[in-house]
Amino acid sequence: MSFNPVIQSQETVDLLATSFAPALVMHRSRRDGRADPLWLQWTLTGVALFFLTIFIVIPLVNVFAQALAKGVAAYVAAISHPDALAAIWLTVVAAVVAVVLNVVFGTITAWAITKYEFRGKSLLISLVDLPFSVSPVISGLVFILLFGAQGYFGPWLQDNDIKIVFAVPGIILATVFVTFPFVARELIPLMREQGIQDEEAALSLGASGLRTFFRVTLPNVKWALLYGVLLTNARAMGEFGAVSVVSGHIRGETNTMPLHIEILYNEYQFMAAFAVASLLAFLALVTLVAKVVLEKRIARTTR
Amino acid sequence: MKIGIQNVTKRFDAFVALDRVNLDIHSGELVALLGPSGSGKTTLLRIMAGLDWPDSGSVWFGGENALALGAAERHVGFVFQHYALFRHMTVFENVAFGLRARPRHQRPSEPAIRKRVGDLLDLVQLSWTAQRYPDQLSGGQRQRIALARALAVEPRVLLLDEPFGALDAKVRKELRRWLRTLHEDIQITSVFVTHDQEEALEVADRVVVLDKGHIIQTGTPQQVHDRPTSSFVHEFIGDSVALPVTVTGGEVRFDGSPIAIDAQGVPDGGATLCARPYDIAIHAGSIAGGLTGEVRRLYGLGALRRAEVALRTASGEHLVEISTPRALPVGVGQIVSLAPQSYRLFPLTAA
Repeated sequence: MSFNPVIQSQETVDLLATSFAPALVMHRSRRDGRADPLWLQWTLTGVALFFLTIFIVIPLVNVFAQALAKGVAAYVAAISHPDALAAIWLTVVAAVVAVVLNVVFGTITAWAITKYEFRGKSLLISLVDLPFSVSPVISGLVFILLFGAQGYFGPWLQDNDIKIVFAVPGIILATVFVTFPFVARELIPLMREQGIQDEEAALSLGASGLRTFFRVTLPNVKWALLYGVLLTNARAMGEFGAVSVVSGHIRGETNTMPLHIEILYNEYQFMAAFAVASLLAFLALVTLVAKVVLEKRIARTTR
Repeated sequence: MKIGIQNVTKRFDAFVALDRVNLDIHSGELVALLGPSGSGKTTLLRIMAGLDWPDSGSVWFGGENALALGAAERHVGFVFQHYALFRHMTVFENVAFGLRARPRHQRPSEPAIRKRVGDLLDLVQLSWTAQRYPDQLSGGQRQRIALARALAVEPRVLLLDEPFGALDAKVRKELRRWLRTLHEDIQITSVFVTHDQEEALEVADRVVVLDKGHIIQTGTPQQVHDRPTSSFVHEFIGDSVALPVTVTGGEVRFDGSPIAIDAQGVPDGGATLCARPYDIAIHAGSIAGGLTGEVRRLYGLGALRRAEVALRTASGEHLVEISTPRALPVGVGQIVSLAPQSYRLFPLTAA
């Protein structure tokens, strides 16, 4: 094809101008000064859709396409390989532990920050965000420096035959560390907005502290808490950097799904790599839907 | 239940919310704690409820030391300004909350709970809302539910923190009357906090006026309104005109000019002359011994007419507003004399 792109685009403009001219005129006559002109709305929406397609939709579809490139049987074989299953299992374990620990400690942190007054509160609030602001590689290195052979607790751990780095506990620690802010960050603004009056009311009605927490505080924040759990889980399963540092990459033992994908890819097993990757991509889609649902519920409770 | 508050002091960092406060509340009484914001009235109420703790002093419920009990053990009903209803529970469950929270051996049976909640919803005239959620109710309805919830546990004392503060004027007036009637029916010792003097005077048996952490005066609404013991109470309760004056040898002067009024035994020195706007007579022209000024504005609808009069002083002018049921015999811009008919003089305190 040998058309001149400049002319082509000029033609397009003319075409647009003629076909939309009446609409534009009518639109202008009805303009109330607030709305952007129609052509601008369409152009901006078009640009946004174009970029979404290029950068998100096509890669995502490609993940599934590559995964199934050699047929369903090969796909099933790839994800049921013992090393793949071990990686899936380890990922699930790390995510479950991270979710449970962060729900407990994130809730306690949010409670302390929003319901009590104490010195150093603002420091605690910034510390909550620390895992977000440091590179995941550093998050991993921290644990090597603490528990590694050359680390502070290394010799003692070795003497007592406890393995943390390059073993499952290290992976769990790193995962908990990088996901810590999610629950606390979801809860703090909501609990701050709700104040402590509900708790005071429950208390003066004779309820114990535990009853107040489970019957009043928790129901008030449950959707935000679930939202935090969702994000924690998504990040825990997808975490690469911090886990990569502490893992040691022992196949079938200390590889999580993202690490396993990298190894497969480096060994030119593209189909298998994409097969495992498709599971993570699927998780992302589920997370996305759950996120939208939860956001609606939260909007309703904070009304 | 009789409440005794002795020497209670409470500080928030450098701010002294309550300074050695003493107060006795009799059994069955309905008491208003009245004061401007920052006067310590809400802090005092929260200390009675066990939601705040004094730095020193003691609180007695009958013969029992209330400070030895946590909020959950005091058996007080507390009503919050913003209702604090549990939003995820139905109205029924809100009211039943306190009964269900009791330890197992004291907990009423399910039919007994249903009966009690039903009775309370009848009492607050909102039986039809039992299965609704708080956000489906209006502010006035929510506050009545909050009251039913507080009463469900058969509290020894009912404490209300600005209970009508978040409601609009009309609902507020209705609920005030309703609370008064309710108190006459159930005769529970009740304390409510308000900054609205009209509310305190209308509802309470006894009014406790607070300012800056001190109790300034206590008495029946009639007493605090008609016989204030300080210029603060005079100005805070009811409309008031206050003028800075000096007393010398039984003669009262405003800005150096003598006024033809009695010094009421006030010692020499600075004093505040307080009068109700309707207790000041207004005469055309300048009269010896009166307060001379110029009429700035005349307004008012209905029975009362109001006049804004600028009294001339050496340092400028002092605006006062007076009111009278009669048509004023004066016009804007005219020179007039004001003569307080009924007034009180309060010596300036050291503070």
